[in-house]
Amino acid sequence: MSGADPQSPPPENGETPTTVAGNIALKHRAGGLIVPVLTALLAFLIGGLVVLATGHNPLLAYRDIFNGAGLNWVFHPTTSVVNTAAYNLSQTLLQTTTLILCGLAVAFAFRCGMFNIGGQGQYFIGLYVANWLGYSFAGMSPLPHILIAVVGATLAGALWAGIAGFLKASTGAHEVISTIMLNWIAIWVGEWLFGDGGPLQNAANKTVPISNDVAAGARLPVFWGEQQLQGLHIGFFVALAALVVFWLILNRTTLGYEVRAVGFNPEAAAYGGISVGKNLFRAMAISGAFAGLAGALDMLGYLYHYGQSDIPVSAVGFLGIAVALLGRNTAVGVLLGSLLFGALLFGTTHGLTSNVIAPDLAGNLTYIIQGLVVLFVGADLLLLSIWNARKKLRPKSKPAAAAAAS
Amino acid sequence: MTVWGGRLDNPVSAQLRDPATTGYVGLGLGVFAAFLGIPPIEARSIVWSILVGIVAAMLGVWTATRGRLRLGIGAVLMGLAGVGLGVLATRSGTGNLETVFNSSLIAQMFAFSTPLVFGAIAGMFSERSGVVNIGLEGMMLMGAFWGVYGADVGGSWVVGLIVGAASGGLLALLYAYFAIHLRADQIVGGTAVNFLALGITGYFFFQLYHGNYVSQGVSTIPNVHLPVISGMRFLGPAIGDLNLMIWAGFALVIVSYIVVFKTPIGLRIRACGEHPRAADTVGINVYAVRYGAVVLSGLLAALGGVYLSDGFGGGTFNDNMTAGRGFIALAAMIFGNWRPFGAFGAALLFGLSSAVALRLQVYSASASTLFNVLPYVLTLVAVAGVIGRTVPPAADGKPYVRQ
Repeated sequence: MSGADPQSPPPENGETPTTVAGNIALKHRAGGLIVPVLTALLAFLIGGLVVLATGHNPLLAYRDIFNGAGLNWVFHPTTSVVNTAAYNLSQTLLQTTTLILCGLAVAFAFRCGMFNIGGQGQYFIGLYVANWLGYSFAGMSPLPHILIAVVGATLAGALWAGIAGFLKASTGAHEVISTIMLNWIAIWVGEWLFGDGGPLQNAANKTVPISNDVAAGARLPVFWGEQQLQGLHIGFFVALAALVVFWLILNRTTLGYEVRAVGFNPEAAAYGGISVGKNLFRAMAISGAFAGLAGALDMLGYLYHYGQSDIPVSAVGFLGIAVALLGRNTAVGVLLGSLLFGALLFGTTHGLTSNVIAPDLAGNLTYIIQGLVVLFVGADLLLLSIWNARKKLRPKSKPAAAAAAS
Repeated sequence: MTVWGGRLDNPVSAQLRDPATTGYVGLGLGVFAAFLGIPPIEARSIVWSILVGIVAAMLGVWTATRGRLRLGIGAVLMGLAGVGLGVLATRSGTGNLETVFNSSLIAQMFAFSTPLVFGAIAGMFSERSGVVNIGLEGMMLMGAFWGVYGADVGGSWVVGLIVGAASGGLLALLYAYFAIHLRADQIVGGTAVNFLALGITGYFFFQLYHGNYVSQGVSTIPNVHLPVISGMRFLGPAIGDLNLMIWAGFALVIVSYIVVFKTPIGLRIRACGEHPRAADTVGINVYAVRYGAVVLSGLLAALGGVYLSDGFGGGTFNDNMTAGRGFIALAAMIFGNWRPFGAFGAALLFGLSSAVALRLQVYSASASTLFNVLPYVLTLVAVAGVIGRTVPPAADGKPYVRQ
């Protein structure tokens, strides 16, 4: 990501840029990897202090989480640990696959100046549709079946997010409120679909609030590990491809140019003949498509079915926010961010075998670290803008910069 | 463009933006709700009358908080009357209606709406001072856990209230520092607060209780037993034995109305939310007012959370106990147009919707879902601003830079 954006606006009068995307453009120029790395380190440090304060050794806890995520695989090419480590790593990458796409769902909207909190809801809609399409048409040959399910779920995600985009474009309704509401609507839709007598409830057993299983033909092939043991499916490569697509759309197409222009400064973009409303809608829809695709890959890749009780537990859509913010809404950043959170997600829960820290504690540590990352990233935008302002203001007014920093 | 209320010019919605439209539609729906139960429609399920009636009442709240007070109140009453008449009409012949719709439903409505009342009033204080508070959910969750912990360890629900409120206040203070001093994006910051609270409460719930239930016999917030009223036929089950926090919620609405609109402090808060520069010019310390309002917001939201765990929940806690109530509270605040009574009305109707949903679960899962999802759908329609008007404080969500 070169960051050489054609229309990066100069910071005017040292004031904070008006849009989120403007802030991000500022951050692009104001330092490379340092700030996100420091942000993450600081979050881990504070998380470690919480661990320490509650009577556990944070260093050992982090080591166990590291191993739980299978990241020790690289150190053990031949020893007997390798099987566990390889399995854990494959599971981490499984989480990474989902997080890449959920991160992109947030990042794309950010680049258009919008905050898509609705990744979770769009992901759910993708899951539901993939489950429905994957269960229906049983007996179809695998390739078209998978394609139908994936495309259907992706479109559904796009439509779901598109509602928020349309409302923003047509009436100015703030996307944060509308995506939060759409999240909860999606959650209740799921409760109804898989619940007692719901349309997608298991046809064979009407007593459990769980969906049908996706037909064998619609399941994604597994390339690392075994299908029964939730091996890593080819969706991983789809997610990697999505990163490339994300970069291509934003940097090599007219659509991406317009989206970014609207993100930097809607008024200027409108003045330049770009339809703001159209691009707000398109950006939200593309965001939703990424999240819907995440749902499809999860459903066809390893979940195969979904239940009422799974719905409140899922938080990948929200983790996508941390991934995107930490990754500065760039393709490479999202990849790195989702590796980090993928490792945390699996390493703190199922992969963790530790007598230092219990998985339930460590699992919540992930949320704490996630919260801290988002909190610091939100502020570092501002710290950097103050830093920028100071650079500009230095010759004439030192007190102003000092006052702004206080 | 304000944070919530930015709006593009649109000829269609301009026609509908007069709040009178929603008022008349509400009145019409209220009448319709009453007629649903009788021929020629003769719906055999009470679901439809209640649903249409609640929608009518919501439209009434919407209208009343946007300048057409009398028309709005009329629509609310018509909506509620529509529910009553519709239910009376369908009542004949179906046996189990009695268990769904009786006077204890009113008590249950209050029980469900109280966390929302506290949350919505909390959000109103913060946003009236110019700080958007998406973190209500997290602050409420903090109150829910630390409140029950305080009651457990301190041995008294009073300690629980204090500890719970303090935990929400502390989280709000952290948020205020980032939002006000560091001028962080308030929506990103609020989202972070929600994650943090989820992590902190989950972590300490496991650390302190090993993820099991809080031990039995925690001192819980008591109910207020009204000696005469509780014996009455209708009022008894409805308001004779409500939790103390429900009454506190009623008082909070009245007090916050007086504070915000009738006192100098309220004027200052509103000035900071509408035009911080002007407020600063006349000598109001914008940062101090905003800090105060955000911390107050955290305290109040957390009290709603304490009620959830130590009042309504009877001294229990479970992971992510608030389950989105903070967001419904936020929605109620927006629906009520950043006004105490508007927020209260919206919270009551959202609470009614949840109470009906709970009762219908036994009979029809899909009808139950319909009522659960209703607040979100109505809010979505409302913020779209196609009808009526949402007027947030002008400087809501904008960091203020001292000069």
